[in-house]
Order: sequence, then C-alpha cells, then structure tokens
Amino acid sequence: MSVAESTPGSRHGLELRDPGGGGGLLDVFRHRYLLKLLVRKEVKVRYQGTVLGMAWSYAKPLMRFFVYFVVIGQVLGLVRSIPNFAVHIVSGMVCVQLFNEVFQSTTNSVVRNKALVRKIFLPRELFPVASVFVSLVNIIPFLVVLLLASIATGWTPEWQTLPALVLGITLVAMFGMSLGLFFSGFNVYFRDFGKVVDVVTTLTPWSVPMIYAFDMIAEQLKGHSVLLELYLANPVAISGMLVQRAFWIPTVEGEPIKDPSVLELAPDLFWRGLILLAASVVILAVAQRVFKRLEGSFAEQL
Amino acid sequence: MAASIVVDSVSKQFTLRHAKTLKRMTTQLIRREPLKGSFHALDDVSFSVQPGESIGLMGHNGSGKSTLLKLISGVMRPDSGSVRVAGRIAGLIGVGAGFHPDMTGRQNIYLNGAIIGMSEAEINAKLDAMVDFADVGKFLDSEVRHYSSGMYMRLGFAVAVHADSDVFLVDEGLAVGDAPFKRKCIRKIKDLHEEGRTMFFVSHSTGQVKQLCDRAVVLQEGRMVLDSTPEEAETYLHQVEGEDDDVPGDDDI
Repeated sequence: MSVAESTPGSRHGLELRDPGGGGGLLDVFRHRYLLKLLVRKEVKVRYQGTVLGMAWSYAKPLMRFFVYFVVIGQVLGLVRSIPNFAVHIVSGMVCVQLFNEVFQSTTNSVVRNKALVRKIFLPRELFPVASVFVSLVNIIPFLVVLLLASIATGWTPEWQTLPALVLGITLVAMFGMSLGLFFSGFNVYFRDFGKVVDVVTTLTPWSVPMIYAFDMIAEQLKGHSVLLELYLANPVAISGMLVQRAFWIPTVEGEPIKDPSVLELAPDLFWRGLILLAASVVILAVAQRVFKRLEGSFAEQL
Repeated sequence: MAASIVVDSVSKQFTLRHAKTLKRMTTQLIRREPLKGSFHALDDVSFSVQPGESIGLMGHNGSGKSTLLKLISGVMRPDSGSVRVAGRIAGLIGVGAGFHPDMTGRQNIYLNGAIIGMSEAEINAKLDAMVDFADVGKFLDSEVRHYSSGMYMRLGFAVAVHADSDVFLVDEGLAVGDAPFKRKCIRKIKDLHEEGRTMFFVSHSTGQVKQLCDRAVVLQEGRMVLDSTPEEAETYLHQVEGEDDDVPGDDDI
C-alpha cells in the first residue's frame, strides 16, 4: 500500500490503478489491523444492552445439551451404552456449534454490512473472514467447559490430543468458511440463500456422532460402504470425532465397558481429517473466485 | 505528466431486478412479467484529471454524478471502459457509514480510520488533530448513539479529512453542519488542495464549485456535455434549468 508522505512532490508519478481491484482473500491480510477492529467490534457489541451479556449466547446450547442428555441419554437409554455420554455430546456439539455459527454468520456478513459495502471500497472478503474469527472467539468458552468436564471425568492429555483438537477445529472452521463465502455472495442477490443455510444448519446436529455413537452408524450401514463413505465425507462429522479423540477417548479408555466397540471412531480418522481439510481449501479457492465475480455489483444490488 | 484520475469511455448500466427472492422470480416468470429493467447511468464518459487539479462534477439529479463518484472510489465497477486512479483515495463519501452506535467516539475514530485505510500508527499520530477537528468535547468517550446528528457528522468528517491521500473525493458533503463548521471544512479542504492533492467534487451547488474548483465537468443524463470552467458550467446549467422551467416537472429525475 502506498502511504503518501505529505510532500507534494511525492504525489506525482504514482501508478494508475483500478480503484476497485483487489487480491481477494490475500488482501484481507494486508488489512489485519482493520480485521482486528472489526472482530473486536462484533464480539463487543453482540450482546450489549443485555444484563447477562455473553452468557445469553450459551443459553441455547446449554438447553440443547440438557435435552440431548435427558431425552436421548436417560429416556432412550444411550447413557447406558455410551460411557461418559456428557463429554461425548459436548465434544460433538463444539463442532456443530462452530460450523453452524461460521456458516450462518459468513453467509449474512455482506448483507449485514451493506451500509459500508455500498459506500466505501474495502476488500469485501473482510466481512466473511471477520465473521469466522468472531465465531472462533465465541467457541472458546465451549472448549473451556469441555476441558473442565473432561478433567472432572478423568481426562489426561495424550500425544494425539493437541493434533486432534487443532485439526478438528481448523477443519470445521475452514469448511464453514468456504461454504459461507460461497453463500455470502449469492445471498446479496437472493436472500433465499440465507434461508437455505437456516435449513441446513438444523440438520448438522444429526450428521455428527454425538447423540449416538459412530459405531451405531457403522453397524447400520454395514454392507452399504458407499453410504458409510458419504457419512464420513462430512467434515463436521470427522471434526466431531477428532474432538472426541482429543477429549472423550482419554476419559473412557481402560474403563470396564459392556460393549467396547462403542469406542470406535472412524477408521483412519487423522488421514480423513487432513484430506477433508485439503478439500475445504479447494472449495475455498473456488468460492473465492465466485465471490470475486459476484462482488463487482454488490454495491448496486444491496 | 502522468494523470491522477483517468476515466476512459466509461459506461454503466443499472439493472433493476424486481425480484429479490426466488419465489418472486418464479411468479414473475410464470406471469411473463419482465424480471429486469435497465437504464443507462453513464454513457461513454471520458476525461482525465491532472495531479493537483481541483475539479467539480456537476449536473442535475439523476445525471450520473454519484455513479461516477462510486466508480472512482472503487465501490462500483464500470460495465465498459475503465477508471484508473493514481495513489490513495480518501474523501467525504459515506461519512460515518462505518460508525457503530454502541461504541465510543474514540473507538469509532479508530474503526473508521482503519476502514478508510489508515494504519494504527497513522491514526495514533493524527488522533489529537482529529479530536480537535471533531470538537465533540467531553463526549469523545461516550457512545456515539448519544451524539447529536451534528456531532456525529463532525466526527465522521474529522476522520475523513485526516487520512493521507493523493485523491480526495467530496460528495455533496459540505451541505451539513452549521455555518462555523462549514467554514472550517472549506478551510481544511483548501489546505488539502494546497498540499497538492487532486480534488474531486460532486455538487450541484455552483457557488461551491466556483469557490473551490478550477475546472468543471457537467453530466446530463449520463453523458458528458461540458468540460470547462466553473463559470461556464454555471451558465450552461442555468440555461438547462431555464428550459426546464418551460416544462415544469419534466426531466427532473
């Protein structure tokens, strides 16, 4: 970026550029300071004017957890077959919550910032990217709760813990962002895309083995390897299992269990995680190109 | 000498989509209603501005002035032709658009400064000058939503005029604020011009353009009809207005 010093002489001989041009996602990193302020603003103002502040954003997931734990766990009895069912659920919920939040907030990010988009030129990718960071900040208390619950139920870190956690969170954030970037551009033209996202996100909790064990799916789909692979092609499911690998597995290993097969997670879990992460990066690159094409007329569409 | 702004055979057409949702789009398709309408906001406009020049873009409502300004600021892209600008752009456009009502004046200075492309160091260095210009007194550290509309605009202006830039755009912006603040703005804008920045005004106030510009371009229905001195532009616009008076209400928007 050319920072003009105030001597008039230096103003001449500057190169003529297209004022609306930009390097896409890479431009965002040239605007790190602005990104930081945008994230801070969003986090700060989100629950201003409410007495309990941030606590409200965790009321809903807490409610959901109790419903899962009581209805699925106690009434349907899964608590008897899945050991340490609570940590099993929360590990999955972290990923579901993060995915849904990233997907929803990035999809709406451009429309939400239309006052700016219409008047001032900025790399528009800033808005989706800022949303991702805000979601990552919002997930931290979840991880703390998960960590405390795991420690309370006998968790000790293993060497796989950190790589599994980092891969799981990165994968789900990356996947959510690549879909969100894709949708955020289309949402400017048709608000239907925001609604599509609302529908998709209601499915997410059921697509991840958290209120049921992965083993139950594997059992059901025995002999339908295509369907099983399809289930495992879902990055949210894989990242849920990676987080379970990090927190839930260490709390249940070596415990006397009626049927030890419930401890089984997806085969080649880490490899699947890495491959899906690579796939997400490819989707992100495609989404970026689509976004770039759509972006040209954001200002007049909003 | 290399130009500062080059507008080269630029056209811009607006598509008015009548359907914002797929449902409406489908019903309109079934009823065979047109999905889109369009009009030419700019039609083959070309001119260039030299560094340090001060130019006024004039014309009546709907003549395409604001569209051209948006193309120059990069918010919109031309359909054909090209717009190129040398160096950093700042200006009184979308003043206060980046403000958040729940943040304090000071926080908003930083946020808005960063939005218009200033670095943290640049904002720190100019904070005192901006605070001084905004003149919001003890309200600096209270939330912007408690501001009067005058204070709100002053804060926005203060940030905008202090950004380093090579090209400074002004969108009918000087119409706000009380008389002393207007005078202060005009003084500041003259200072910026004297520093050697290229100034680009969009205005239908001929008085302002005469006061601040050495050249004027007139647009009419998206076409450039005059590129001359502010005085000639004034004469021209008066003539057109005279014609308008004969047919009241016609051709105004």
